[in-house]
Amino acid sequence: MTSDLLNVSDLRVSFATDTGIARVLDKVNFSIQRGEIVGLVGESGCGKTTLARAILGILPVNSARIDGGRIQFQSENLLEMPSERLSKEVRGRTITFIPQDPFSSFNPVFTIGSQITDLMRWKSPLRNTHSLTQGSPWWSLRRYEKQRFKADRARVLELLRAVQLPEPEAILRKYPHEISGGQRQRLMIAQALLPEPQLIIADEPTTALDVTIQAQILKLLRQLAHDRDIAVLFTTHDLGTTYEICDRITVMYAGQEMESATTSDFFNRPSHPYTQKLLESLPRDKERLQGIPGDIPTLISPPTGCRFHPRCDRADKTCADTRPAAKSIWTNHTVRCHHPNTHQELNRKLIN
Amino acid sequence: MNTAPKQTILRISKLKKFFAIRNAWKRRIGWLKAVDDISLEVYRGEILGIVGESGCGKSTLGKTLMGIHKSNGGEVVFEDRPLVNLTRQESRQLSRQLQYSYQDPGASLDPRWKIRRSLHEPLVIHSGLDYQERDERVKSILDAVGLPQGHLELYPHEISGGQQRRVGLARILTLHPSLIILDEPTSGLDVSVQATILSLFLDLKKQFDLTYMFISHDLSVIRMLCDRVAVMYLGKIVELGETETIFNHPRHPYTQSLLAAIPVIGGKRITDNFWLEGEPPNPSALPSGCRFRTRCPNALAICAESDPPLRSDWPHQQVACTLAE
Repeated sequence: MTSDLLNVSDLRVSFATDTGIARVLDKVNFSIQRGEIVGLVGESGCGKTTLARAILGILPVNSARIDGGRIQFQSENLLEMPSERLSKEVRGRTITFIPQDPFSSFNPVFTIGSQITDLMRWKSPLRNTHSLTQGSPWWSLRRYEKQRFKADRARVLELLRAVQLPEPEAILRKYPHEISGGQRQRLMIAQALLPEPQLIIADEPTTALDVTIQAQILKLLRQLAHDRDIAVLFTTHDLGTTYEICDRITVMYAGQEMESATTSDFFNRPSHPYTQKLLESLPRDKERLQGIPGDIPTLISPPTGCRFHPRCDRADKTCADTRPAAKSIWTNHTVRCHHPNTHQELNRKLIN
Repeated sequence: MNTAPKQTILRISKLKKFFAIRNAWKRRIGWLKAVDDISLEVYRGEILGIVGESGCGKSTLGKTLMGIHKSNGGEVVFEDRPLVNLTRQESRQLSRQLQYSYQDPGASLDPRWKIRRSLHEPLVIHSGLDYQERDERVKSILDAVGLPQGHLELYPHEISGGQQRRVGLARILTLHPSLIILDEPTSGLDVSVQATILSLFLDLKKQFDLTYMFISHDLSVIRMLCDRVAVMYLGKIVELGETETIFNHPRHPYTQSLLAAIPVIGGKRITDNFWLEGEPPNPSALPSGCRFRTRCPNALAICAESDPPLRSDWPHQQVACTLAE
């Protein structure tokens, strides 16, 4: 699989906690193609944010440890890249990030304009191309070259218009508390788009927003990503939003990825028992409503084999012994389960 | 829906709750109309959904009913008794029957108390039962909300969010209320836990003859659970009626846009056809006339003149829009 933009294989991450070592990611395999919007869904504590942070290389240094695996991004392993190069060329340049809470990502004492300009100073796509700044020491950046400033500012304004912010010039002069949550999230999207990235990692970008604003933001993000051919990794716990925006969905449970399918297959032909249960617990019908019995396991002493087996009604002895390998049951549809439904069965169910 | 004549359990008329906006010198410079002239009836045995975006005043409505906020006008009648200017004793009497479930029950449990003590507390305050009788009642309620007896000896931080919600519910139910105001009861829960909590609500309603006022921003939950819905926008009810009618034939443009914004799995992608633009105006400086006109696609000059009242021109549905047909 050389065509993948991002390919995570056998990634293991553990966290040191007061009560022991939590194995938060257990041999996760995951990939994104160029220009594709992939949803990463799962309940809270399933490791989706950890995966997003591992890709960006911003796991907490004190407590997190990467125990193994690869994160292949454009034919380079990000885990082996020197951290200086990672921060200069990848993080904030070719991979950008949209956080869950846009308010805490802005500094409240500076205007939005000055913060975005500052970002452009370091991460502008025009940066290493310009003769004056190339190879110059860091302090020369202070004498921010006038021409580049103008070009950058024009680009910022153009992007603010692209994310449909009203009166972009006025917004640049405002402080973060003066604009609403929806506008702040639009600004975050604009910031993520500024360095012309290949991949945007959006970590629950709409959970703090109202439904009508969420719909606007999702529409915008989907449109901009497709127009500019940018891949998006969209983590969320809300299955509805993944249906809206994603081309492909990967579902995670307790640090293991369970199933990966195109959006229509995911919702119409869920093969993994966990996915099926998750879809059944969506509020749709009073009579059929049912949750998943039991609780999410602690990651300090997780179940052996498939981590879902204690709550699964198809589980047998093999499930507790070995973790199932990824099985491809259809094009773009892989399942890690010993007893998955096949597409023939699922189609039959769909017809009935 | 049952055919028996509907019995009103709670009647709200022209309820107002304004918050003063003060400047740095504490001088009042305006009012924030969180609940503005709301009239509503809740019938016995139903689930009434109150839905709206954040800041529309739905929680303030619930809290004003409970007396947590003092109202600035209007009348509330609960079980044929007015809920205003009560003495302490009277309001204590009433609060046994009218209960409020907070958005985050984990935060309303004392972290230093075991669950047993938290569950005993309302009974200590409201009933003259001795320890043995109280403990029996607590245990039976704990059974009803589906928690094991062993949980009585645990502290709040030792149980999960879903279980904390169950404890919160148990705490309310020990007093056998008739109406419970549920304020965002499932926010912050995962879908699989949400599903179990929602089915618990339905079970308990049957078991204890409860009436719910269900405040939520989640339209799919409201649609599944509620018999009637009130849609709020900036302190006003813009549409009120039976769930099926409202969800199938929304007449107010705000309700229409709200419904268009919920992702329906298997349906059309909203990202392809969502039309509402802009954000709600500042609630302390409302536009004249209809509050939605600044975002409304059909707004005419007439909309700026007067605030449209709820019109009941349709069966099972009331709409506050001049242009609705």
